[in-house]
Amino acid sequence: MLSKRIIPCLDVREGKTTKGVKFQNNVEIGDPVEMARFYYEAGADELVFYDITASHEKRDIMIDVVRRVAETIFIPFSVGGGIRTLEDMRAVLLAGAEKVSVNSAAVKNPDIIRQGARAFGNQCVVLGMDVKHVGQKEGIPSGYEIVINGGRTYMGMDALEWAKKAQELGAGEICLNSIDADGTKDGYEMNLTRLVSDAVDIPVIASGGAGTPSHLADILTQGRADAALIASMVHFGTYTVNEIKQYLQEQGVKVRKTW
Amino acid sequence: MIAIVDYGAGNLTSVARAVSFLGYTPTVTRDPAEIAGADRIIFPGVGAAGSAMTGMEERGIDKAMKQAFEAGIPMLGICVGCQIIMDKSQENDASCLGLIPGEVQAFPEKMDSGDGYLKVPHMGWNGLEVVQEHPLFHGIKADDEFYFVHSYFPVPKDDKAVFGRTGYGVTFASAIGRDNLFATQFHLEKSGEPGLLILKNFCVWKPC
Repeated sequence: MLSKRIIPCLDVREGKTTKGVKFQNNVEIGDPVEMARFYYEAGADELVFYDITASHEKRDIMIDVVRRVAETIFIPFSVGGGIRTLEDMRAVLLAGAEKVSVNSAAVKNPDIIRQGARAFGNQCVVLGMDVKHVGQKEGIPSGYEIVINGGRTYMGMDALEWAKKAQELGAGEICLNSIDADGTKDGYEMNLTRLVSDAVDIPVIASGGAGTPSHLADILTQGRADAALIASMVHFGTYTVNEIKQYLQEQGVKVRKTW
Repeated sequence: MIAIVDYGAGNLTSVARAVSFLGYTPTVTRDPAEIAGADRIIFPGVGAAGSAMTGMEERGIDKAMKQAFEAGIPMLGICVGCQIIMDKSQENDASCLGLIPGEVQAFPEKMDSGDGYLKVPHMGWNGLEVVQEHPLFHGIKADDEFYFVHSYFPVPKDDKAVFGRTGYGVTFASAIGRDNLFATQFHLEKSGEPGLLILKNFCVWKPC
């Protein structure tokens, strides 16, 4: 049986991880390659990198980070943020990422999913979705709407419909981020995650709101998520990946126990 | 020289990087003569067995692979590389290298997960039940898991070719081999330390 995946997420700006992460074990603060090594050795099942570099000209810095990460860790990792074209995708995959994640570019041009899946295989293409609860209304039958620009721009697209369409276009996985839950540490958005997981056949990674290991247990069972993204709960040393996995195992969630 | 066979079936850099990390020097090549003359051969691959075979045939690599197998050169297939060594694949009804008798089959549709259907492709970390000892398994622990991404798997005719099994709806052969040939359906280059260990074992393997 498949293990549920625990996936630390790193935000990278101009080659440095952000949010002032705090580490034990002499890990150099802010170096994404060292952090990748740290989480690899700590038992993370996969990693996600988001390039939040504002300037498109500085994207080469990220490609270099991806290349150095790929030389350091031997688990899958995905790279997202600012991926707009097939060429952007190719650069990230050639540098050594297993998967590439598209978000707002796919909202504006859904065909990028189809192009990427055709060129590199469905398993390489992750659709990142930022979602806000707006209540049921015309055009938004699920009550969950797609947003971009960090939640500032409402796109008039229903999250469930978009998830299904992305699957049809060839997305191999969905990373589902609740803007409402993000940063709260109150738990993942259960209802949304379950709705999307039930609506598609591709794996769903829950994102946003993780504060305790029990939040992961809930979303990986009741929420039917295949994987859970974590950030601050491990970046600040509150929990280790191992502690989270031990807890999940005690709760009957199948996780990878040796590495 | 460790040859990594480039037959147009996906990204070879991650396998090459893993081999380099272990302290060996891989040569990525599509030259049939270089492949047939290598000390060891690794053939990774993603995508479909049919297009992988077409890529091999177009480059004349299929003959070099068979020649290398007959010559006793240690060979390691990964993912689609574990499928193209069979006789044929259900995927687009493709003929394959025929180094291990049997065929490549798809996961059945609508496998029960106990709570809906299992998703295909089978993607993520899963276990390995060793059913036959093999030098490449040296140091592998019972709980070790490996990273899979696939919708098809090999079904050898003879159980003697099956070294490891994995369960996902059905139980399938995830590590197979014969003589100087070994292959895993999982990605050794993405399976952390246990994957690197099998890869390292291969780099020093002396088939009898």
